[in-house]
Amino acid sequence: MSKLTKEQIDQFFISQFQSFESKLNGESKKPLHQVRRNAFEAFRENGLPVAKNEEYKYTNIAKAFGRNLNVEALAEEASEFTTDDIQKHFIPDLEAINLVFVNGQFNESLSHLQNLPEGLHIQSIKTAQNDFSDDFAQHFHQHSIEGADSFSSLNTAFTNSGAFIKIAKSAIIEKTIACYYFSDAERKDVISQPRNLVIAEQNSQANMLETYVTLGNNSSFTNAATEIVIKDDAIFDYYKLQNESAKAIHVGATLVHQLGKSVFNSSTFSFSGAVIRNNLSIAVHKEHSETNMSGLYFINNSTHVDNHTVVDHKVANCESNETYKGVLDGKSKGVFNGKIFVRQPAQKTNAFQSNRNILLSDEAEMDTKPQLEIWADDVKCSHGCTVGQLDKDQLFYLRARGLDEKTAKSMLLNAFASDVVNKIKIEALKTLVESKITERL
Amino acid sequence: MSKDDQILEQFASKEYEHGWTVDIEADSAPPGLNEDIVRFISAKKEEPEWLLEWRLKAYRNWRKMTEPNWANVHYPKPQFEDIIYYSAPKKKKTANSLDEVDPELLKTFERLGISLTEQKRLTGVAVDAVMDSVSVGTTFKKQLLEQGIIFCSFSEAVKEHPELVKKYIGSVVPSNDNFYAALNSAVFSDGSFCYIPKGVRCPVELSTYFRINAANTGQFERTLIVAEEDSYVSYLEGCTAPQRDENQLHAAVVEIYAAKNAEVKYSTVQNWYPGDKQGKGGIYNFVTKRGICAGDYAKISWTQVETGSAVTWKYPSCILKGDYSQGEFYSVAVTNNFQQADTGTKMIHIGKNTKSRIVSKGVSGGRSQNSYRGLVEIHPRATNSRNFSQCDSLLMGDQCGAHTFPYIEVKNKSSQIEHEATTSKIGEDQIFYCTQRGIDEESAVALIVNGYCKEVLNKLPMEFAVEAQKLLALTLEGSVG
Repeated sequence: MSKLTKEQIDQFFISQFQSFESKLNGESKKPLHQVRRNAFEAFRENGLPVAKNEEYKYTNIAKAFGRNLNVEALAEEASEFTTDDIQKHFIPDLEAINLVFVNGQFNESLSHLQNLPEGLHIQSIKTAQNDFSDDFAQHFHQHSIEGADSFSSLNTAFTNSGAFIKIAKSAIIEKTIACYYFSDAERKDVISQPRNLVIAEQNSQANMLETYVTLGNNSSFTNAATEIVIKDDAIFDYYKLQNESAKAIHVGATLVHQLGKSVFNSSTFSFSGAVIRNNLSIAVHKEHSETNMSGLYFINNSTHVDNHTVVDHKVANCESNETYKGVLDGKSKGVFNGKIFVRQPAQKTNAFQSNRNILLSDEAEMDTKPQLEIWADDVKCSHGCTVGQLDKDQLFYLRARGLDEKTAKSMLLNAFASDVVNKIKIEALKTLVESKITERL
Repeated sequence: MSKDDQILEQFASKEYEHGWTVDIEADSAPPGLNEDIVRFISAKKEEPEWLLEWRLKAYRNWRKMTEPNWANVHYPKPQFEDIIYYSAPKKKKTANSLDEVDPELLKTFERLGISLTEQKRLTGVAVDAVMDSVSVGTTFKKQLLEQGIIFCSFSEAVKEHPELVKKYIGSVVPSNDNFYAALNSAVFSDGSFCYIPKGVRCPVELSTYFRINAANTGQFERTLIVAEEDSYVSYLEGCTAPQRDENQLHAAVVEIYAAKNAEVKYSTVQNWYPGDKQGKGGIYNFVTKRGICAGDYAKISWTQVETGSAVTWKYPSCILKGDYSQGEFYSVAVTNNFQQADTGTKMIHIGKNTKSRIVSKGVSGGRSQNSYRGLVEIHPRATNSRNFSQCDSLLMGDQCGAHTFPYIEVKNKSSQIEHEATTSKIGEDQIFYCTQRGIDEESAVALIVNGYCKEVLNKLPMEFAVEAQKLLALTLEGSVG
């Protein structure tokens, strides 16, 4: 299979879009399609980012794509899945409303859409764009969020049938809204571009989990985007779990538009995959909001994990906290870039960021770039990052007390990861993450 | 208007104190740059063939390059065709004593407070003064020569020690390294050359004062410092420039080569004209500074106090090639009005057990933008390496900005890297504490900022520390955050 250049990949997506457009029976007049077209033009202007692009300096998605995907023989139709096929991939013991996506398409029949708790509305974007046209006009791809890039434009251009999730005013949804994204790479390579819009109305509370599964041994490329609008006084918890096949290339954008006195908590866990790039972008638009981000990447082999986060403080009196931790073994590579923007009106902002990494092997690599850009003076901002190894004294302490090296190491690594793991409020997910870490050790 | 605003206003309206122009007839090349100008400069300086070739090669590379635009600074691009690339004071003959130096020049130095005679008699600092590109006075040369130390202007070194210059020029900063380094390589006018032989500890602090004169002259200095095995040298560089309207370009190159066990300490105080309070005028300072710790146990230490220039773009770097070698970077960057600074360092760890330390303190006021941009790179071979970085920013006033862009790349498991950064303003409680004890607000700010920068100022040689403190006090006069 020949390797594709960036230009060829751009061209591939352009022709894909044209054929996609021609199949949109009667939809081309709708406002959503105009959004698609604009996004497509934005994508066409630059195409996929190249290594020269500062944001993709350490992660060359186009190269990984060109090397691994055979675009001439892509899976057109997904296999017929039964509930049994997918059930085994669900997180055990999780009290959840399960939403199932297959190759980027929201699959209503496999999802649990009956008996939804009061105040929660879930619908396919296909129909929701008509039923909730106001929400779409206001929010769908309408917020320019720092950190959104060519990939999110590409995703928007191919918006077809994602999920529209709306949490009503003052509703409290206890169960987790769990989104499972399946890429069917059993027979052929596959491209998935799931797209969701989540609106948390005033004073509501909800938590959401996204996890990605590639089935089969062929390559997959996922370019996901989830837009989340959090209105005044709402609390929203967001989890992302990545435990992909070694041939999965993942680019995922989470674009958050946060309004006043709201709280947004995000936790990202990455354990495996070929190339993973997470773009978490949060724009804080109203005062007294709180944003917490945490992440753990615990990787080995040749997994490449890149976490890019942006918090854009546009208004005063907000707070943000960020803690990302990484353990890298084998030939894995970790990339972290955390941006904190504090705009001129955003006085009295408190922003804290930390990125800590442990390298376990000489072939592992960590590139980190914590970045503060501040235009307001009455702020408290700090960041710190470290790259190192397990403390020899600590190891010695444990070994002197009769623990073998392996146990001692795993104890220390568990402790290292614990402050990120302990932020998980869903017990079933916490158990799963803990077992993943133990499995690794 | 609140008190803060008033004081800020005072601070903002402060004019540059060191600005004036001295009339010295210059022997200039026509403006613009082409191969003939490069040849003209080379011929004027009576350079050997190999150096002309080297310049031409750099010039051809430069033609192919484009200006970098990744830095966090915005300014009208210099018109390279309008710059006069060569200008020398007319009396070109080498002065053996200060009596032979143009009295006008001496007056200039006196106004700057660096009378050569005074320096010579009182401080024991040998001064190689660069006035518009040609060295006019070199003191203490004889004493230094007795120890085998060569400290002279670059053009003199080309004539007298061509073998040394040929060996080391471009060895740390290749002529095609970047846009401005290539430009400098093609048209560098003069600069300083310093060679410390094996086992010699330079007894005095070597110092060069740069001064830009003659309107429309780009200043292209080139400094080369070579420290042989087991040697030590402390080198000082400092500048002030006359006030003028048009932007001036300064693209210097500094190369440091440290052999086994050698130690080089390089200190800079930079106070070029930053432009007036509307942001008009001011110097563009695009400098390439790099040192290589070529041998084991070598050490290079950069210390800088940056208060001037309209636009600064400067990253003194260390390549830590030898095992156990060390690099240090201490910086204070103060920006005010419309100044923009994008400065930082690069620490490239190649050798085993190498260490580096970065301490950067930024202070921004007015409408200025101050950025720290740094790279710490640990190669797979550089086992057990250690880096510690700290960059703090202090904001005074709500129209300025402070930005941090640290890049950290680690490629082995035994190295330890730490980075921390903070951004804040001067705490009201700190000011209150001082005023409560009878210190007025202005002195309190000076006190706090001096304390904040102390870690860096302490690294400066004594003679320089005094000057730097004066400069900081002067820049901070009337500023309250």
